Amino acid sequence: MRRFLNRWMEHGIETLIRLCGISAVLFVFGIFYFVFREGAGYLFNGLNLKEFFFSIAWHPTSVTHVRYGILALLAGTFSVTVLAMVLAVPFGLGAAIFISEFCNPRVRELLKIVIELLAAIPSVVWGFIGLTIMNSLIIRWFNTPIGLTLLNGGLILALMSVPIIVSIGEDALKAVPDSYREAALAMGATRWQLVYRVLFPAARNGLLAAVLLGVGRAVGETMAVLMATGHSVRIPTSLLDPVRTLTATIAAELGEAPVRSDHYQVLFIIGIVLFTITFCVNLTADLMVRGIRKRQA
Amino acid sequence: MTESSEYCIETLDLNLWYGSFQALKHINARIRRGRITSLIGPSGCGKTTLLRCFNRVNERYGNVRTTGDVRVLGQNLYDPQVSLVELRKAVGLVFQRPNPLPISIYENVVFGLRIHRDRSELKRARLDQAVEEALRSVDLWDSLKDRLRDRATGLQLEQQQKLCIARLLPLKPEVILMDEPCSALDTDATRGVEELMVSLAGRYALVVVTHNMAQARRVSDECIFMLMGELVEHSRTEDLFVNPKDPRTAEYIEGRYG
Repeated sequence: MRRFLNRWMEHGIETLIRLCGISAVLFVFGIFYFVFREGAGYLFNGLNLKEFFFSIAWHPTSVTHVRYGILALLAGTFSVTVLAMVLAVPFGLGAAIFISEFCNPRVRELLKIVIELLAAIPSVVWGFIGLTIMNSLIIRWFNTPIGLTLLNGGLILALMSVPIIVSIGEDALKAVPDSYREAALAMGATRWQLVYRVLFPAARNGLLAAVLLGVGRAVGETMAVLMATGHSVRIPTSLLDPVRTLTATIAAELGEAPVRSDHYQVLFIIGIVLFTITFCVNLTADLMVRGIRKRQA
Repeated sequence: MTESSEYCIETLDLNLWYGSFQALKHINARIRRGRITSLIGPSGCGKTTLLRCFNRVNERYGNVRTTGDVRVLGQNLYDPQVSLVELRKAVGLVFQRPNPLPISIYENVVFGLRIHRDRSELKRARLDQAVEEALRSVDLWDSLKDRLRDRATGLQLEQQQKLCIARLLPLKPEVILMDEPCSALDTDATRGVEELMVSLAGRYALVVVTHNMAQARRVSDECIFMLMGELVEHSRTEDLFVNPKDPRTAEYIEGRYG
Protein backbone atom coordinates (compact mmCIF):
# COMPACT_ATOMS: atom_id res chain seq x y z
CA MET A 1 0.00 0.00 0.00
CA ARG A 2 2.70 2.41 1.03
CA ARG A 3 4.74 1.62 -2.07
CA PHE A 4 1.74 2.25 -4.22
CA LEU A 5 1.15 5.60 -2.53
CA ASN A 6 4.80 6.55 -2.94
CA ARG A 7 4.79 5.76 -6.58
CA TRP A 8 1.60 7.71 -7.07
CA MET A 9 3.12 10.71 -5.24
CA GLU A 10 6.25 10.53 -7.35
CA HIS A 11 4.20 10.45 -10.49
CA GLY A 12 1.94 13.28 -9.36
CA ILE A 13 4.81 15.56 -8.44
CA GLU A 14 6.58 14.86 -11.70
CA THR A 15 3.46 15.80 -13.63
CA LEU A 16 3.07 18.96 -11.58
CA ILE A 17 6.64 20.04 -12.24
CA ARG A 18 6.24 19.28 -15.90
CA LEU A 19 3.12 21.45 -15.99
CA CYS A 20 4.95 24.33 -14.32
CA GLY A 21 7.64 24.11 -16.97
CA ILE A 22 5.24 24.07 -19.86
CA SER A 23 3.04 26.77 -18.38
CA ALA A 24 5.56 29.52 -19.23
CA VAL A 25 5.19 28.67 -22.90
CA LEU A 26 1.41 28.49 -22.59
CA PHE A 27 1.26 31.88 -20.92
CA VAL A 28 3.34 33.58 -23.58
CA PHE A 29 1.30 32.15 -26.39
CA GLY A 30 -1.89 32.80 -24.46
CA ILE A 31 -1.03 36.47 -23.97
CA PHE A 32 -0.09 36.87 -27.59
CA TYR A 33 -3.28 35.14 -28.68
CA PHE A 34 -5.59 37.29 -26.59
CA VAL A 35 -3.86 40.55 -27.44
CA PHE A 36 -4.01 39.59 -31.08
CA ARG A 37 -7.66 38.55 -30.87
CA GLU A 38 -8.71 41.84 -29.32
CA GLY A 39 -7.00 43.82 -32.05
CA ALA A 40 -7.46 41.48 -35.01
CA GLY A 41 -10.91 42.66 -36.07
CA TYR A 42 -9.86 46.21 -36.79
CA LEU A 43 -6.34 45.25 -37.90
CA PHE A 44 -7.66 43.30 -40.90
CA ASN A 45 -10.79 45.28 -41.46
CA GLY A 46 -10.67 49.04 -41.32
CA LEU A 47 -7.17 49.99 -40.21
CA ASN A 48 -5.25 52.05 -42.70
CA LEU A 49 -1.79 50.56 -42.18
CA LYS A 50 -0.06 53.34 -44.05
CA GLU A 51 -1.63 56.00 -41.90
CA PHE A 52 -1.07 53.88 -38.81
CA PHE A 53 2.69 53.69 -39.24
CA PHE A 54 3.45 56.93 -41.10
CA SER A 55 1.14 59.56 -39.71
CA ILE A 56 1.87 61.61 -36.66
CA ALA A 57 -1.79 62.43 -36.14
CA TRP A 58 -3.11 60.57 -33.12
CA HIS A 59 -6.69 61.74 -32.65
CA PRO A 60 -8.56 58.69 -31.40
CA THR A 61 -11.41 60.62 -29.85
CA SER A 62 -11.90 63.35 -32.44
CA VAL A 63 -15.56 64.00 -33.19
CA THR A 64 -15.11 64.95 -36.80
CA HIS A 65 -12.06 63.11 -38.06
CA VAL A 66 -10.67 60.19 -36.09
CA ARG A 67 -7.08 59.40 -36.98
CA TYR A 68 -4.81 56.67 -35.67
CA GLY A 69 -1.22 57.49 -36.57
CA ILE A 70 1.43 56.11 -34.25
CA LEU A 71 4.52 57.59 -35.88
CA ALA A 72 4.89 60.16 -33.10
CA LEU A 73 4.39 57.49 -30.49
CA LEU A 74 6.98 55.28 -32.14
CA ALA A 75 9.30 58.27 -32.23
CA GLY A 76 8.59 58.83 -28.55
CA THR A 77 9.39 55.26 -27.60
CA PHE A 78 12.43 55.24 -29.86
CA SER A 79 13.86 58.53 -28.62
CA VAL A 80 13.35 57.74 -24.94
CA THR A 81 14.93 54.32 -25.41
CA VAL A 82 17.91 55.65 -27.33
CA LEU A 83 18.52 58.38 -24.78
CA ALA A 84 18.21 55.86 -21.94
CA MET A 85 20.71 53.56 -23.62
CA VAL A 86 23.17 56.36 -24.37
CA LEU A 87 23.22 57.02 -20.65
CA ALA A 88 22.82 53.50 -19.30
CA VAL A 89 25.20 51.51 -21.52
CA PRO A 90 28.44 53.26 -20.56
CA PHE A 91 27.41 53.36 -16.91
CA GLY A 92 26.13 49.81 -16.82
CA LEU A 93 29.07 48.25 -18.64
CA GLY A 94 31.49 50.36 -16.63
CA ALA A 95 29.91 49.14 -13.41
CA ALA A 96 29.96 45.55 -14.66
CA ILE A 97 33.67 45.84 -15.46
CA PHE A 98 34.40 47.42 -12.11
CA ILE A 99 32.52 44.74 -10.21
CA SER A 100 33.99 41.83 -12.09
CA GLU A 101 37.59 42.99 -12.58
CA PHE A 102 38.62 45.87 -10.36
CA CYS A 103 37.04 45.68 -6.94
CA ASN A 104 37.82 43.43 -4.01
CA PRO A 105 35.43 40.63 -3.07
CA ARG A 106 33.81 42.44 -0.17
CA VAL A 107 32.99 45.56 -2.19
CA ARG A 108 31.79 43.28 -4.99
CA GLU A 109 29.23 41.54 -2.78
CA LEU A 110 28.03 44.86 -1.40
CA LEU A 111 27.65 46.37 -4.87
CA LYS A 112 25.80 43.36 -6.19
CA ILE A 113 23.29 43.54 -3.35
CA VAL A 114 22.75 47.26 -3.89
CA ILE A 115 22.30 46.81 -7.61
CA GLU A 116 19.75 44.08 -7.04
CA LEU A 117 17.93 46.48 -4.73
CA LEU A 118 17.96 49.05 -7.50
CA ALA A 119 16.37 46.49 -9.81
CA ALA A 120 13.65 45.82 -7.26
CA ILE A 121 12.36 49.40 -7.01
CA PRO A 122 8.81 49.45 -8.44
CA SER A 123 8.44 51.42 -11.64
CA VAL A 124 5.76 53.68 -10.19
CA VAL A 125 8.30 54.82 -7.62
CA TRP A 126 10.68 55.71 -10.42
CA GLY A 127 7.82 57.56 -12.06
CA PHE A 128 7.24 59.42 -8.85
CA ILE A 129 10.91 60.43 -8.72
CA GLY A 130 10.62 61.64 -12.31
CA LEU A 131 7.47 63.57 -11.59
CA THR A 132 8.79 65.38 -8.54
CA ILE A 133 12.56 65.42 -8.10
CA MET A 134 13.74 65.25 -11.70
CA ASN A 135 10.99 67.57 -12.81
CA SER A 136 12.06 70.36 -10.47
CA LEU A 137 15.74 69.76 -11.16
CA ILE A 138 15.24 70.05 -14.91
CA ILE A 139 13.14 73.18 -14.49
CA ARG A 140 15.87 74.73 -12.38
CA TRP A 141 18.90 73.68 -14.47
CA PHE A 142 17.51 74.28 -17.93
CA ASN A 143 15.19 77.11 -17.04
CA THR A 144 12.22 75.54 -18.79
CA PRO A 145 8.56 75.92 -17.85
CA ILE A 146 8.13 72.19 -17.40
CA GLY A 147 10.51 69.38 -16.60
CA LEU A 148 8.42 66.43 -17.78
CA THR A 149 10.40 65.83 -20.91
CA LEU A 150 12.24 63.37 -23.08
CA LEU A 151 15.31 64.06 -20.93
CA ASN A 152 13.45 63.23 -17.75
CA GLY A 153 12.04 59.98 -19.11
CA GLY A 154 15.39 58.98 -20.58
CA LEU A 155 17.16 59.54 -17.27
CA ILE A 156 14.59 57.52 -15.35
CA LEU A 157 14.68 54.69 -17.86
CA ALA A 158 18.46 54.72 -17.82
CA LEU A 159 18.43 54.28 -14.06
CA MET A 160 15.99 51.42 -14.45
CA SER A 161 18.00 49.65 -17.16
CA VAL A 162 21.39 49.92 -15.48
CA PRO A 163 20.83 47.05 -13.01
CA ILE A 164 19.98 44.63 -15.83
CA ILE A 165 22.96 45.69 -17.88
CA VAL A 166 25.24 45.39 -14.86
CA SER A 167 24.15 41.96 -13.75
CA ILE A 168 24.07 40.34 -17.21
CA GLY A 169 27.29 42.12 -18.21
CA GLU A 170 29.01 40.94 -15.06
CA ASP A 171 27.92 37.36 -15.76
CA ALA A 172 29.37 37.65 -19.25
CA LEU A 173 32.71 38.87 -17.89
CA LYS A 174 32.72 36.18 -15.20
CA ALA A 175 32.27 33.56 -17.90
CA VAL A 176 35.57 34.52 -19.54
CA PRO A 177 38.06 31.82 -18.50
CA ASP A 178 40.62 32.98 -15.99
CA SER A 179 43.41 31.57 -18.13
CA TYR A 180 42.91 34.46 -20.57
CA ARG A 181 43.40 36.95 -17.76
CA GLU A 182 46.53 35.17 -16.60
CA ALA A 183 47.91 35.06 -20.11
CA ALA A 184 47.47 38.78 -20.63
CA LEU A 185 48.69 39.79 -17.18
CA ALA A 186 51.75 37.55 -17.42
CA MET A 187 52.68 39.39 -20.61
CA GLY A 188 52.60 42.66 -18.74
CA ALA A 189 49.16 43.95 -19.70
CA THR A 190 47.71 46.54 -17.36
CA ARG A 191 44.23 45.92 -16.04
CA TRP A 192 42.64 48.31 -18.49
CA GLN A 193 44.52 46.74 -21.40
CA LEU A 194 43.30 43.39 -20.16
CA VAL A 195 39.73 44.69 -20.22
CA TYR A 196 39.66 46.20 -23.65
CA ARG A 197 42.05 43.92 -25.48
CA VAL A 198 41.02 40.58 -24.01
CA LEU A 199 37.76 40.72 -22.09
CA PHE A 200 35.83 42.85 -24.58
CA PRO A 201 36.50 40.52 -27.50
CA ALA A 202 36.01 37.43 -25.33
CA ALA A 203 32.77 38.58 -23.72
CA ARG A 204 31.47 40.57 -26.68
CA ASN A 205 28.30 38.57 -27.19
CA GLY A 206 27.36 38.53 -23.55
CA LEU A 207 27.91 42.26 -23.21
CA LEU A 208 25.78 42.86 -26.30
CA ALA A 209 23.07 40.67 -24.83
CA ALA A 210 23.21 42.74 -21.66
CA VAL A 211 22.69 45.90 -23.67
CA LEU A 212 19.81 44.41 -25.63
CA LEU A 213 18.04 43.22 -22.50
CA GLY A 214 18.42 46.77 -21.21
CA VAL A 215 16.80 47.99 -24.44
CA GLY A 216 13.98 45.50 -23.95
CA ARG A 217 13.41 46.85 -20.48
CA ALA A 218 13.38 50.43 -21.73
CA VAL A 219 11.00 49.77 -24.62
CA GLY A 220 8.51 47.93 -22.44
CA GLU A 221 8.51 50.23 -19.44
CA THR A 222 5.20 52.02 -18.96
CA MET A 223 4.39 53.62 -15.67
CA ALA A 224 7.63 55.51 -15.12
CA VAL A 225 7.68 57.01 -18.62
CA LEU A 226 3.98 57.79 -18.43
CA MET A 227 4.66 59.89 -15.35
CA ALA A 228 7.96 61.43 -16.43
CA THR A 229 7.70 62.30 -20.11
CA GLY A 230 4.91 64.86 -20.19
CA HIS A 231 2.60 62.81 -22.38
CA SER A 232 2.29 65.02 -25.42
CA VAL A 233 2.01 63.43 -28.86
CA ARG A 234 4.78 64.78 -31.05
CA ILE A 235 8.06 63.97 -32.64
CA PRO A 236 10.63 65.48 -30.27
CA THR A 237 13.16 67.92 -31.68
CA SER A 238 15.09 68.54 -28.49
CA LEU A 239 15.81 66.83 -25.19
CA LEU A 240 13.49 69.29 -23.50
CA ASP A 241 10.42 68.36 -25.57
CA PRO A 242 7.74 66.29 -23.90
CA VAL A 243 6.99 63.02 -25.66
CA ARG A 244 4.61 60.14 -25.40
CA THR A 245 5.48 56.48 -25.79
CA LEU A 246 3.50 53.52 -27.13
CA THR A 247 3.24 51.97 -23.69
CA ALA A 248 2.11 55.15 -22.00
CA THR A 249 -0.60 55.61 -24.62
CA ILE A 250 -2.07 52.20 -23.94
CA ALA A 251 -1.94 52.68 -20.19
CA ALA A 252 -3.52 56.12 -20.35
CA GLU A 253 -6.28 55.46 -22.87
CA LEU A 254 -7.36 51.87 -22.53
CA GLY A 255 -9.49 52.55 -19.49
CA GLU A 256 -11.51 55.18 -21.32
CA ALA A 257 -11.89 53.50 -24.68
CA PRO A 258 -15.25 51.72 -25.01
CA VAL A 259 -14.70 47.97 -25.19
CA ARG A 260 -14.46 46.63 -28.78
CA SER A 261 -14.57 50.13 -30.25
CA ASP A 262 -12.08 51.00 -32.97
CA HIS A 263 -10.04 52.99 -30.49
CA TYR A 264 -9.93 50.02 -28.10
CA GLN A 265 -8.82 47.70 -30.89
CA VAL A 266 -6.16 50.08 -32.12
CA LEU A 267 -4.69 50.17 -28.62
CA PHE A 268 -4.42 46.40 -28.78
CA ILE A 269 -2.74 46.66 -32.17
CA ILE A 270 -0.20 48.97 -30.53
CA GLY A 271 0.19 46.17 -28.00
CA ILE A 272 0.99 43.78 -30.84
CA VAL A 273 3.57 46.22 -32.21
CA LEU A 274 5.19 46.51 -28.78
CA PHE A 275 5.13 42.79 -28.27
CA THR A 276 6.82 42.30 -31.62
CA ILE A 277 9.55 44.85 -30.83
CA THR A 278 10.39 43.44 -27.41
CA PHE A 279 10.15 39.89 -28.70
CA CYS A 280 12.69 40.62 -31.43
CA VAL A 281 15.04 42.39 -29.03
CA ASN A 282 14.88 39.60 -26.46
CA LEU A 283 15.23 36.88 -29.04
CA THR A 284 18.34 38.53 -30.43
CA ALA A 285 19.79 38.83 -26.95
CA ASP A 286 18.98 35.22 -26.19
CA LEU A 287 20.53 33.92 -29.39
CA MET A 288 23.65 35.88 -28.58
CA VAL A 289 23.92 34.43 -25.08
CA ARG A 290 23.51 30.97 -26.56
CA GLY A 291 26.22 31.84 -29.04
CA ILE A 292 28.68 32.40 -26.19
CA ARG A 293 27.80 29.22 -24.37
CA LYS A 294 28.33 27.15 -27.49
CA ARG A 295 31.67 28.73 -28.19
CA GLN A 296 32.85 28.09 -24.66
CA ALA A 297 31.71 24.48 -24.58
CA MET B 1 71.81 46.12 -14.57
CA THR B 2 74.60 43.61 -14.32
CA GLU B 3 74.45 42.62 -17.94
CA SER B 4 77.69 40.73 -17.67
CA SER B 5 76.49 38.40 -14.93
CA GLU B 6 76.11 34.85 -16.05
CA TYR B 7 72.91 34.49 -14.05
CA CYS B 8 69.62 35.98 -15.14
CA ILE B 9 67.64 35.11 -12.02
CA GLU B 10 68.92 34.87 -8.48
CA THR B 11 66.90 34.31 -5.36
CA LEU B 12 68.19 35.09 -1.91
CA ASP B 13 66.55 33.42 1.07
CA LEU B 14 63.15 33.51 -0.61
CA ASN B 15 60.18 32.53 1.55
CA LEU B 16 56.58 32.53 0.46
CA TRP B 17 53.36 31.90 2.36
CA TYR B 18 49.84 31.25 1.10
CA GLY B 19 47.95 32.41 4.18
CA SER B 20 49.64 30.47 6.96
CA PHE B 21 51.02 27.73 4.71
CA GLN B 22 54.66 28.18 3.84
CA ALA B 23 55.09 27.08 0.25
CA LEU B 24 58.72 28.16 -0.25
CA LYS B 25 61.41 27.92 2.42
CA HIS B 26 64.72 29.74 2.20
CA ILE B 27 65.21 29.27 -1.51
CA ASN B 28 68.60 30.26 -2.87
CA ALA B 29 68.67 29.56 -6.57
CA ARG B 30 70.60 30.91 -9.49
CA ILE B 31 69.39 30.47 -13.03
CA ARG B 32 71.98 30.67 -15.76
CA ARG B 33 71.51 32.77 -18.87
CA GLY B 34 70.75 31.01 -22.10
CA ARG B 35 70.36 27.59 -20.51
CA ILE B 36 67.44 25.32 -19.87
CA THR B 37 66.86 24.74 -16.18
CA SER B 38 64.31 22.20 -15.02
CA LEU B 39 62.45 22.43 -11.74
CA ILE B 40 61.57 18.93 -10.62
CA GLY B 41 60.00 17.44 -7.52
CA PRO B 42 56.80 15.78 -6.35
CA SER B 43 53.42 17.55 -6.46
CA GLY B 44 53.10 20.34 -3.94
CA CYS B 45 56.85 20.80 -3.53
CA GLY B 46 56.62 24.46 -4.58
CA LYS B 47 58.16 24.30 -8.01
CA THR B 48 55.27 26.02 -9.77
CA THR B 49 55.08 28.60 -6.99
CA LEU B 50 58.78 29.35 -7.42
CA LEU B 51 58.35 29.66 -11.18
CA ARG B 52 55.44 32.04 -10.78
CA CYS B 53 57.47 34.16 -8.36
CA PHE B 54 59.85 35.01 -11.17
CA ASN B 55 57.06 36.82 -12.98
CA ARG B 56 55.02 37.74 -9.89
CA VAL B 57 51.79 36.31 -11.28
CA ASN B 58 51.02 34.44 -8.08
CA GLU B 59 50.19 37.72 -6.39
CA ARG B 60 46.80 37.72 -8.05
CA TYR B 61 45.55 35.44 -5.31
CA GLY B 62 45.35 37.95 -2.47
CA ASN B 63 46.76 36.07 0.50
CA VAL B 64 50.36 35.71 -0.69
CA ARG B 65 53.23 37.00 1.47
CA THR B 66 56.86 36.94 0.44
CA THR B 67 60.17 37.66 2.14
CA GLY B 68 63.66 37.59 0.71
CA ASP B 69 64.99 38.76 -2.62
CA VAL B 70 64.42 37.77 -6.19
CA ARG B 71 66.82 39.41 -8.59
CA VAL B 72 65.90 39.29 -12.23
CA LEU B 73 68.52 40.72 -14.56
CA GLY B 74 70.12 42.37 -11.55
CA GLN B 75 66.99 44.13 -10.31
CA ASN B 76 65.19 43.19 -7.15
CA LEU B 77 61.67 42.14 -8.12
CA TYR B 78 60.13 43.33 -4.89
CA ASP B 79 61.73 46.75 -5.08
CA PRO B 80 58.75 49.14 -5.26
CA GLN B 81 60.48 50.99 -8.08
CA VAL B 82 60.45 47.98 -10.35
CA SER B 83 57.71 48.16 -12.95
CA LEU B 84 55.76 44.92 -13.14
CA VAL B 85 54.92 45.69 -16.72
CA GLU B 86 58.60 45.96 -17.69
CA LEU B 87 59.47 42.89 -15.67
CA ARG B 88 56.86 40.79 -17.39
CA LYS B 89 58.09 41.97 -20.73
CA ALA B 90 61.52 40.51 -19.94
CA VAL B 91 60.22 37.37 -18.27
CA GLY B 92 57.58 35.55 -20.28
CA LEU B 93 55.39 32.77 -18.94
CA VAL B 94 53.97 29.71 -20.69
CA PHE B 95 51.14 27.96 -18.89
CA GLN B 96 50.25 24.35 -18.27
CA ARG B 97 47.19 24.48 -20.47
CA PRO B 98 47.73 26.34 -23.71
CA ASN B 99 45.89 29.62 -23.32
CA PRO B 100 45.95 31.57 -26.56
CA LEU B 101 43.69 34.61 -26.35
CA PRO B 102 40.31 34.39 -28.09
CA ILE B 103 41.46 36.64 -30.92
CA SER B 104 43.17 35.91 -34.22
CA ILE B 105 46.50 34.12 -34.50
CA TYR B 106 48.05 37.32 -35.82
CA GLU B 107 46.71 39.40 -32.93
CA ASN B 108 47.94 36.84 -30.42
CA VAL B 109 51.48 37.19 -31.69
CA VAL B 110 51.44 40.99 -31.75
CA PHE B 111 49.55 41.27 -28.45
CA GLY B 112 52.74 41.99 -26.54
CA LEU B 113 53.76 44.73 -28.96
CA ARG B 114 50.32 46.28 -28.80
CA ILE B 115 50.36 46.54 -25.03
CA HIS B 116 53.98 47.61 -24.66
CA ARG B 117 54.69 49.82 -27.63
CA ASP B 118 53.35 53.16 -28.64
CA ARG B 119 50.72 53.04 -31.34
CA SER B 120 52.87 55.18 -33.62
CA GLU B 121 55.61 52.56 -33.60
CA LEU B 122 53.27 49.85 -34.74
CA LYS B 123 53.42 50.18 -38.47
CA ARG B 124 51.79 47.45 -40.44
CA ALA B 125 55.02 46.22 -41.97
CA ARG B 126 56.71 46.00 -38.62
CA LEU B 127 53.89 43.94 -37.15
CA ASP B 128 53.86 41.63 -40.16
CA GLN B 129 57.56 41.13 -39.80
CA ALA B 130 57.28 40.43 -36.08
CA VAL B 131 54.60 37.83 -36.71
CA GLU B 132 56.63 36.07 -39.35
CA GLU B 133 59.78 36.05 -37.22
CA ALA B 134 58.01 34.78 -34.13
CA LEU B 135 56.10 32.07 -35.97
CA ARG B 136 59.24 30.97 -37.80
CA SER B 137 61.08 30.66 -34.49
CA VAL B 138 58.48 28.22 -33.25
CA ASP B 139 58.18 26.46 -36.59
CA LEU B 140 54.56 27.42 -37.15
CA TRP B 141 54.97 29.85 -40.01
CA ASP B 142 54.63 27.37 -42.83
CA SER B 143 51.52 25.74 -41.46
CA LEU B 144 49.77 28.93 -40.33
CA LYS B 145 50.85 31.65 -42.73
CA ASP B 146 47.65 31.41 -44.75
CA ARG B 147 45.30 31.44 -41.78
CA LEU B 148 46.67 34.22 -39.62
CA ARG B 149 43.17 35.73 -39.35
CA ASP B 150 41.66 32.56 -37.87
CA ARG B 151 40.83 32.41 -34.21
CA ALA B 152 43.75 31.07 -32.24
CA THR B 153 41.52 29.04 -29.94
CA GLY B 154 40.61 26.76 -32.84
CA LEU B 155 44.15 25.42 -33.35
CA GLN B 156 45.40 22.00 -32.27
CA LEU B 157 46.80 21.93 -28.76
CA GLU B 158 50.40 21.61 -29.89
CA GLN B 159 50.01 24.60 -32.19
CA GLN B 160 48.29 26.52 -29.43
CA GLN B 161 51.14 25.88 -27.03
CA LYS B 162 53.73 26.86 -29.63
CA LEU B 163 51.73 29.99 -30.34
CA CYS B 164 51.78 30.80 -26.63
CA ILE B 165 55.57 30.61 -26.82
CA ALA B 166 55.67 32.59 -30.06
CA ARG B 167 53.68 35.49 -28.64
CA LEU B 168 56.39 36.09 -26.04
CA LEU B 169 59.15 36.44 -28.60
CA PRO B 170 58.39 39.84 -30.21
CA LEU B 171 59.09 41.44 -26.82
CA LYS B 172 62.58 39.96 -26.84
CA PRO B 173 62.41 38.44 -23.36
CA GLU B 174 65.51 37.31 -21.46
CA VAL B 175 63.78 34.45 -19.74
CA ILE B 176 60.90 32.19 -20.70
CA LEU B 177 59.22 30.41 -17.82
CA MET B 178 57.29 27.25 -18.63
CA ASP B 179 54.87 25.64 -16.23
CA GLU B 180 54.56 21.98 -17.27
CA PRO B 181 54.25 23.05 -20.88
CA CYS B 182 53.66 19.54 -22.18
CA SER B 183 51.34 18.08 -19.58
CA ALA B 184 48.25 18.73 -21.70
CA LEU B 185 49.89 17.37 -24.87
CA ASP B 186 50.27 13.90 -26.37
CA THR B 187 53.61 12.24 -27.14
CA ASP B 188 54.11 13.68 -30.61
CA ALA B 189 53.13 17.16 -29.54
CA THR B 190 55.42 16.84 -26.52
CA ARG B 191 58.32 15.95 -28.77
CA GLY B 192 57.52 18.95 -30.95
CA VAL B 193 57.52 21.35 -28.00
CA GLU B 194 60.69 19.81 -26.52
CA GLU B 195 62.53 20.26 -29.81
CA LEU B 196 61.35 23.84 -29.82
CA MET B 197 62.70 24.38 -26.29
CA VAL B 198 66.11 23.13 -27.30
CA SER B 199 66.13 25.36 -30.35
CA LEU B 200 65.19 28.41 -28.27
CA ALA B 201 67.87 27.81 -25.64
CA GLY B 202 70.87 30.05 -26.06
CA ARG B 203 68.83 33.01 -27.18
CA TYR B 204 66.66 32.77 -24.10
CA ALA B 205 67.02 31.25 -20.67
CA LEU B 206 64.30 28.67 -20.16
CA VAL B 207 63.01 27.62 -16.76
CA VAL B 208 60.79 24.59 -17.06
CA VAL B 209 58.64 23.03 -14.38
CA THR B 210 58.05 19.40 -15.16
CA HIS B 211 56.64 16.31 -13.57
CA ASN B 212 58.27 14.21 -16.19
CA MET B 213 61.78 13.28 -15.10
CA ALA B 214 62.60 11.83 -18.48
CA GLN B 215 61.73 15.18 -20.01
CA ALA B 216 63.95 17.03 -17.54
CA ARG B 217 66.73 14.67 -18.48
CA ARG B 218 66.16 15.04 -22.21
CA VAL B 219 65.96 18.80 -22.49
CA SER B 220 67.59 20.54 -19.58
CA ASP B 221 71.15 21.64 -18.93
CA GLU B 222 70.60 22.03 -15.22
CA CYS B 223 68.12 20.64 -12.74
CA ILE B 224 66.76 21.93 -9.49
CA PHE B 225 65.19 19.34 -7.22
CA MET B 226 62.67 20.65 -4.72
CA LEU B 227 60.90 18.93 -1.84
CA MET B 228 58.35 20.34 0.62
CA GLY B 229 59.13 23.92 -0.30
CA GLU B 230 62.90 23.52 -0.02
CA LEU B 231 65.53 23.53 -2.67
CA VAL B 232 67.31 20.22 -2.13
CA GLU B 233 69.78 20.07 -4.94
CA HIS B 234 70.81 22.14 -7.94
CA SER B 235 73.37 20.81 -10.36
CA ARG B 236 73.99 19.91 -13.97
CA THR B 237 71.39 17.52 -15.25
CA GLU B 238 73.73 14.60 -15.85
CA ASP B 239 75.25 15.00 -12.38
CA LEU B 240 71.89 15.17 -10.70
CA PHE B 241 70.58 12.05 -12.37
CA VAL B 242 73.79 10.00 -12.36
CA ASN B 243 75.39 11.23 -9.22
CA PRO B 244 72.89 12.86 -6.85
CA LYS B 245 74.52 14.39 -3.80
CA ASP B 246 71.51 14.36 -1.52
CA PRO B 247 69.93 11.03 -0.53
CA ARG B 248 66.44 12.55 -0.98
CA THR B 249 67.24 13.36 -4.58
CA ALA B 250 68.49 9.86 -5.14
CA GLU B 251 65.31 8.40 -3.70
CA TYR B 252 63.14 10.65 -5.85
CA ILE B 253 64.86 9.90 -9.13
CA GLU B 254 64.77 6.21 -8.32
CA GLY B 255 61.03 6.61 -7.93
CA ARG B 256 60.73 5.78 -4.24
CA TYR B 257 58.17 8.60 -3.87
CA GLY B 258 56.61 11.40 -5.86
